[in-house]
Amino acid sequence: MSRLDRGPDKKRNRGVGSLLADYAVPVIFIVISVVAIPLSDFSATYLIQELLVRIGRNSFLILSLLIPIMAGMGLNFGMVLGAMAGQIGLIFVSDWAVVGIPGIVLAMIIGTPVAVALGILCGEVLNRAKGQEMVTSYILGFFINGVYQLFVLYFMGWLIPISNPALVLSRGHGIRNAISLTGIRMVLDRLIPLQVGTVTIPVATYLVIAAFCFFILWFRKTKLGQDMRAIGQDMAVADSAGIPVNRTRVIAIVISTVLACYGQIIFLQNMGTLNTYNSHDQAGMFSIAALLIGGASVSRAGIGNVFLGVVLFHLMFIVAPKAGRNLMGEAQIGEYFRVFVSYGIIALALVLHAWKRLRDRAEARRSLRGPAGKE
Amino acid sequence: MPEVPLLKLENIGKEYFGNRVLADVSFSLNRGEILGLVGENGAGKSTLMNILFGMPVISGTGGYEGNIVLDGEVIRFGSPFDALAAGIGMVHQEFSLIPGFSAAENILLNREELNKSLLETVFSERLNTLDRPGMRARAARAIKTLGVDIGVDTIAAEMPVGYKQFIEIAREIDRTRTRVLVLDEPTAVLTETEARILLDALRKLADGGIAIIFISHRLQEIKSLCDRILVLRDGNVIRDSDARSASIRDIAAWMVGRNVEEDRPVRAGTISDEVALSVRDLWVDMPGETVRNAAFDVHKGEIFGIGGLAGQGKLGIPNGIMGLYPAGGTVSLFGREVELNKPRKALDRGMAFVSEDRRGVGLLLGERIDWNITFTGMQVQNRFLKGLPLLGNLVRLRDDDAIAAESEQYIKSLEIRCTGPAQRAVELSGGNQQKVCLAKAFSMRPELLLICEPTRGIDVGAKELVLNTLRRYNEEYGTTILITSSELEELRSVCDRVAIVGEGKIAGILPAISPAERFGLLMMGDVEDEGAQKEAVTGNA
Amino acid sequence: MLKKFIATAGWPRVIIGLFLLALFVTAPFVGVRISTSLSDTLVRFGMNGVMVLAMIPMVQAGCGLNFGLPLGVIAGLLGATMSIEFGVRGALGFATAIGLSIPIAAILGYGYGQLLNRVKGDEMMIATYVGFSSVAFMCMAWLLLPYKNPTMVWGYQGTGLRTTISVDNYWSHILSDFLSFKIGTFYFPTGMFLFFAAMCFLIWLFMKTKTGTAMTAVGSNPEFARAGGVNVDRMRVISVVLSTIFGAIGILVYEQSFGFIQLYMGPFYMALPTVAAILLGGASVNRATIFNVVVGTFLFQGILTMTPSVINSVLKTDMSEVIRIIVSNGMILYALTRKAQVKR
Repeated sequence: MSRLDRGPDKKRNRGVGSLLADYAVPVIFIVISVVAIPLSDFSATYLIQELLVRIGRNSFLILSLLIPIMAGMGLNFGMVLGAMAGQIGLIFVSDWAVVGIPGIVLAMIIGTPVAVALGILCGEVLNRAKGQEMVTSYILGFFINGVYQLFVLYFMGWLIPISNPALVLSRGHGIRNAISLTGIRMVLDRLIPLQVGTVTIPVATYLVIAAFCFFILWFRKTKLGQDMRAIGQDMAVADSAGIPVNRTRVIAIVISTVLACYGQIIFLQNMGTLNTYNSHDQAGMFSIAALLIGGASVSRAGIGNVFLGVVLFHLMFIVAPKAGRNLMGEAQIGEYFRVFVSYGIIALALVLHAWKRLRDRAEARRSLRGPAGKE
Repeated sequence: MPEVPLLKLENIGKEYFGNRVLADVSFSLNRGEILGLVGENGAGKSTLMNILFGMPVISGTGGYEGNIVLDGEVIRFGSPFDALAAGIGMVHQEFSLIPGFSAAENILLNREELNKSLLETVFSERLNTLDRPGMRARAARAIKTLGVDIGVDTIAAEMPVGYKQFIEIAREIDRTRTRVLVLDEPTAVLTETEARILLDALRKLADGGIAIIFISHRLQEIKSLCDRILVLRDGNVIRDSDARSASIRDIAAWMVGRNVEEDRPVRAGTISDEVALSVRDLWVDMPGETVRNAAFDVHKGEIFGIGGLAGQGKLGIPNGIMGLYPAGGTVSLFGREVELNKPRKALDRGMAFVSEDRRGVGLLLGERIDWNITFTGMQVQNRFLKGLPLLGNLVRLRDDDAIAAESEQYIKSLEIRCTGPAQRAVELSGGNQQKVCLAKAFSMRPELLLICEPTRGIDVGAKELVLNTLRRYNEEYGTTILITSSELEELRSVCDRVAIVGEGKIAGILPAISPAERFGLLMMGDVEDEGAQKEAVTGNA
Repeated sequence: MLKKFIATAGWPRVIIGLFLLALFVTAPFVGVRISTSLSDTLVRFGMNGVMVLAMIPMVQAGCGLNFGLPLGVIAGLLGATMSIEFGVRGALGFATAIGLSIPIAAILGYGYGQLLNRVKGDEMMIATYVGFSSVAFMCMAWLLLPYKNPTMVWGYQGTGLRTTISVDNYWSHILSDFLSFKIGTFYFPTGMFLFFAAMCFLIWLFMKTKTGTAMTAVGSNPEFARAGGVNVDRMRVISVVLSTIFGAIGILVYEQSFGFIQLYMGPFYMALPTVAAILLGGASVNRATIFNVVVGTFLFQGILTMTPSVINSVLKTDMSEVIRIIVSNGMILYALTRKAQVKR
């Protein structure tokens, strides 16, 4: 075939293999759930109630991951920074004994500047490590965790006055491992009470989450959202078109960090207890795992992935220990199984993504090749 | 018709690190005029356009001489954005489209239509939502100006290559201020039909008052489209002529220029009748340098040149033979076939390679010079190793003394300027790095030496030395050498025969002493007639 | 002069070096014995040295920092538990543990290497999670594998390994106490240092062979290596196998000195401090030497030993954990962001 009568390139026909690779993760999870639910012997109402609670508790956090993905920065492991900011807000609110919705709002107000500052820091660091955003934000999470501990464990009650002795360790400074958030416990969830049969629905939390979803939908339509999509797909082209690449990337991370801060506050108001030194860590890992289980990839994620992921991940979370006990006679196996799955799923998703990226690159090269060797 | 020219370049000159690439270039361009800019690679076309477009590479290397006058006003752009704002649009050879965006989104990239909202006043207008229908209409208008039919919602990644080119041009047209449009080889990736549509579209644009600078190596296109032709050679304007009056043959001769027969040294080496390298039906999948179907023979002891314009596939040939890029076809060395796609096989058969990508492929920049020189010899021929007596010579270690000794020898004979074999390659100048690459190849004691762009990016003195070294090496050891270069003059001065590659095929093979314009015509896509080609392939001229 | 030294050593190293020096200088004034501290530092240096050494092959071959170290650790744990299960004691037991863990590490490393070859460019993140998930997988395995030796399994159930297993009656301090000596409160684990030196020598020897040279070239410029006839993917797999094997040996050295085998989530955070140590020693993401290992391990372990004792005495609080987190992750961050700068 000569160059002259070459027709338009065919639409890329995606093989069964690549289709399977795209949906491998959710499919695996649906299979696991189908096997594990009957094994666990839980009643349907129990499962539904648990799921409703967990959707309300976790969705906001997971949603905060979407914007950096849109900007091509991958999974924002740095969302733990936002979670820490939220916890700092909650510690102060508990100390000042501000209760109810005002407490939550105040915690958010305190958390916001901290989250913005951390987000700017994170964005600037990631701009210096382009192409390595995930591992860098991951390590940054650990690093800031150290700084957070320095503040919370040593400075609070020493340099930073904390008046409520119930929060402070017996040695006189540093915050206790677990803080009971009695003042704000479930205030958002119970703001608008709704009971269907024996199932309670946290309506207000769902409204907040819905508002967030609309925010994301709106954001995608803005010029800023469009710029982020452009940067996410090709940074060099976006740059030559005059889009301020670095600044936009920082904005993406700041938005994500601030939202993660709010997400963590919503999460903890439902839990009712703040594990001062662990809560944020788990927030990051579980949110990322859930998003990936929902079928998102490192470069593409939507609101649908968030909710599918929340349901599948937490279904597994609820049933795994019981199923493990019933199957193996040992609940511990189920515990480890879900830890394994959380990490394994992230590993799998990252591998699939890297594979796909290399495959796409090879394909792009082939399309440049022209008809060489086919004559 | 007394008219102030829209764009006027006055005595433009440019030096890169003491290396003059443009001298005293002047021309003017009127509204609605199409100027064809032609010249070999390295003639200064890109530099000229970079200056016009305010590319940072120019200001970063000391600016330029002379003045650019746009609409009667002297301008000096600090960045491409200034140039865009002043109404100069440029369509590059590489596509700059966002793959997942639609045609409309790409055309209006960063110039989107926005819905007004209150948030704009509070934050910035980036928080306004996009006016999709408005964008579609604007994009459709720009596409329509070109006279093509492309859906505004087509995703860039799914477009045929030709469409992408049109989208790029539409993007420039959409800028309301665009007055001068520069197109760098816009037809290189198009089919003939697409190219014709594009040329018609450009004519239409020009009729609408936009001035166009059209860079192409397809002289037929230049002749049929342009009003005037500007020929550049070695940074000078050779000819500024009316397009209608110049014949294609004239243009080719202007481009290639000088005859070098006089200063050609007498060859001392002997060329045997034996065929050293035989290439048939070779295709190579090297990005940007695709080889489609190449066939030629190189005789033992011969210096064989491969020339042609950038992007036509000349670099693909040696890279494919060495197995560095996916390739197919038959390559035989002294009658025995060489397995392709495995560099090791080519090296085992006594071929050595000097890459055109010196910093990317040719050197271990962060390592010592002597490592660079001896690495291939060690890996392929197991030289520069010594047994460890304690372990019965089973474990063989690097012999650092032998490595240093071998390197010292080449540092001396090639006059590599360095502090010693231990200096890191990255600290050397371009010319000396190239010598290290040559030393690496020589150290293999090859039967066949393949060298790509031996003098790219090195200064004049070093150029001479490198070429002389090659010639001497050929004469002393009778080594067969295959040189690939963008500089035709260089090939004609050292080679016995020169093949010109066009569109991935051998357009023709000529003795190096053939008149320059014959080479020029080959480069411009005039394939030698069948008989001559057959004869040339086997070298029985 | 000073500027040049700082430029070559890098700011973080200078700061941490000075910090460590300051700790040693202050120690006597706050009632901390230098001899004990130094001895502790040296013991911890010996314990961790081989694991840090395990970073070298992968870094040199361009596979990045081995965040997948837990894989090697798992191989080592399997070797250790199996040697105890077989009831081999003393030096022979330790040798058995090493002998058993090497083939396991080689197999795991081979698979891991093949995986990393298919995800070039994303090695570090994937390595981290492959490490994490394999640790979690092994948690299940430790519960289910049919170990019988009563020193290792939970007494009341008779199945499932304990979280920590004492190696007291098997090969506790088998290397450390070899030729070791004591001067007052200063204890020097000669054997462990000899072993570490031997491992360093092996790595040094390997890096000098033809394969080692090729591996360095692959890390420095894979295209150059390929054009030089080297099979790049094979070199990378070899480097991963070597790193995994050294990781396995490393954890065994650690355990014999520590006296316990830590199972379950024990290996979970092994990679971060190890990575941090070699970076602290001056290695970059694609270049590391034995010198980097020695310097880095000493500085890192020095800080870990000295901060609790000195800072505790001064401030009356234990800040060592926080300082460890900040120093180790700060070091990794520094390396990651620095690499990007050089590239551009």
